[in-house]
Amino acid sequence: MTEKKHFWNEYQKEIADDNYFYERSCIRQSFFPGSETAFLNILRDELGLTIIDDPNQHTCTGIGYHSDVVPFETTMTVCARLFSLMTDAELKNYVPSCVTSFGVFTEVVETWEHFPEELEKTRKFLREATGREFKIPENIAHPSDIIYKYRKELKQKMKYQLVNCHTGKPLNAVEHIGCHYGKIFSKHAVGGAEFPQVLAGMIEEWGGKVIDYPERRHCCGFGFRQYLVMSNRGYSVANTKKKFESMEPYKPDFVLTNCPGCTMFMDRWQYTIAEMEGKTYDDNQMGIPVLTYEELTGLLLGYNPWDLGLQVHQVQVEPLLDKLGIKYDLKDKFTGKSGTYLGEPEKPEYLKVSYE
Amino acid sequence: MNNKHVIIIGGGPAGIEAAYYLANNGIRITVFEKDEYPGGNVKNWAKLFPDFGDASVVRKQITEKLKHDNIKFLNNTKIENLAWENNNWIATSGSEKYIADVTLLATGFEVFDAKRKEELGYGIYDNVITSVDFEDMYKTGKILTKEGKIPERIAFLNCVGSRDEKVGNHYCSRVCCITAVKQAIEFKELVPDAHAYCFYMDMRMAGQFYEELYRKSQEKYGVNYIRGRISEAAVTIDNRIQIKAEDTLSALPMKMTVDILVLMVGIESSESTTKICTDNNIVGPYGFAKSKSLFGMDNFSEKPGLFLAGTCKRPLTLPETIADGRSAAVEIMNYLKS
Repeated sequence: MTEKKHFWNEYQKEIADDNYFYERSCIRQSFFPGSETAFLNILRDELGLTIIDDPNQHTCTGIGYHSDVVPFETTMTVCARLFSLMTDAELKNYVPSCVTSFGVFTEVVETWEHFPEELEKTRKFLREATGREFKIPENIAHPSDIIYKYRKELKQKMKYQLVNCHTGKPLNAVEHIGCHYGKIFSKHAVGGAEFPQVLAGMIEEWGGKVIDYPERRHCCGFGFRQYLVMSNRGYSVANTKKKFESMEPYKPDFVLTNCPGCTMFMDRWQYTIAEMEGKTYDDNQMGIPVLTYEELTGLLLGYNPWDLGLQVHQVQVEPLLDKLGIKYDLKDKFTGKSGTYLGEPEKPEYLKVSYE
Repeated sequence: MNNKHVIIIGGGPAGIEAAYYLANNGIRITVFEKDEYPGGNVKNWAKLFPDFGDASVVRKQITEKLKHDNIKFLNNTKIENLAWENNNWIATSGSEKYIADVTLLATGFEVFDAKRKEELGYGIYDNVITSVDFEDMYKTGKILTKEGKIPERIAFLNCVGSRDEKVGNHYCSRVCCITAVKQAIEFKELVPDAHAYCFYMDMRMAGQFYEELYRKSQEKYGVNYIRGRISEAAVTIDNRIQIKAEDTLSALPMKMTVDILVLMVGIESSESTTKICTDNNIVGPYGFAKSKSLFGMDNFSEKPGLFLAGTCKRPLTLPETIADGRSAAVEIMNYLKS
């Protein structure tokens, strides 16, 4: 297969160096509970950067906005309140954890640039509702942009590489970019909309091989209304199935994503497909592990997989940990931080969640 | 007229045709060509629509006209600046300056850079090629994949860089539809058992014999026309090209895998055209040269003594371009007499 040409070099974006205001995702702490904490630890402890995690933050309205239940005026005002928290912290660099939020914020700021009357209207709404004022961020970057920016520095600190320790060959990685990262405004995406490099750059820098499979650019299957409307969920799982069928011949070792919805659906729908059709897309009936970029970075830095929350994934990661040569203790897997045994979740009928 | 000097920027069909007619009327001509050889974009074609005439023969007929005592042809000479000074036109190339009574702009066109349509994978995937690449390959007598395999399926996609708001080109390039018909027939003549698909928005068969050729391509050669644009091209594990489109006649999305995808690249203003026209305030939409009037004064610009010919103004077919060069020569002669 021919190597992909690197036209993405023409599409770079400005990513602030330091002093970030972090905005958490509504859903990531439930689905992938270690990711956001890992990101904050990586920035503060590994890179020595400043990032503020304000407890007064709230939703950006993204899910409601894209489901047509929240009007755009409301979204702009809610975003403005989040910007006011950043302004209070005397910061100028906004970092939303969620790709949907990233898309919402870039859309809101772009709207204000083109329609200044909308900005003035939003200022008025926020003032009347809360008495608050705000400044527009000078830089909006997704956390995956920041990890990408510092990928070489992080590599210096990593204990593991994306190399199969048994064969010495690079691990095969599927990278999946959230649609709202680059498909709304390609100028805000490292690598542009069609061939984003933000995750591929990490994988290649850290020793892995990126798979370019036919359905690489296809939706993960979330798609808001495809999933949120119960009668459309078959459409959602069908899209995920299409992606996995397309990537299967390349034998990926793992999937890397930068969007809460993508991580969720590419992980959980593997269980659904397995139970519906008795089918997994790997050789050992355990599925293909799906990681967030924070989890992957943490793993390679030597963080404990169970501190990263990998045990709450639907597709279990032990096969990947073994390929990476990462040691882990199964006794710790379902033990809480207090030392209490939390109990194991119920096992699926078809998808294997352990080697047994 | 013998003491008059006309400079012609561009040694393509329009510029050469004008030079020949002016030279025959005793006018001293200097033709500047930025490339090594004259003939413009005709060199990109193997055979010409609609009669499959040999492009190299036509090109030779055109360029032979440069062999004239009154014509000085300067190749590898790019005019970087053109300005009206002291009642003369001054063309500058490097340290050289050329003075003329009249300038004819015949800077032609450039084909659309298909890399700008990233979703189609040109320059990224080996078996995505342009219509110009197809002509190059056809000159060798074979159409093969990058791996040297005879294609079983080939797809042609019209309107790449034309009628496309996303790339900022709303206009029709006029020559791509008929070129796709021609190339599909050429492919089927080489590989009769293969399947050829042509994706289109609407087939614009406005020239003489175009419609007949379009019909023949279906009835005799079995070319399959699908009304829909391809939204995405991706590579498969065996280096074929998976394409997605909507068949807008059946209102259904479709996906197929082909061995080669040919992008029918449109016509854009050349870099020289846009630069010279901008400098002289005669630039029109999309960077093409703006004529004084489509009706009756199409070879005139708003600047006295600065004339226009051929595809520097807009997309034209080759016969139209040649005729326009001749028309410009008539206008220039009348201007010089007055």
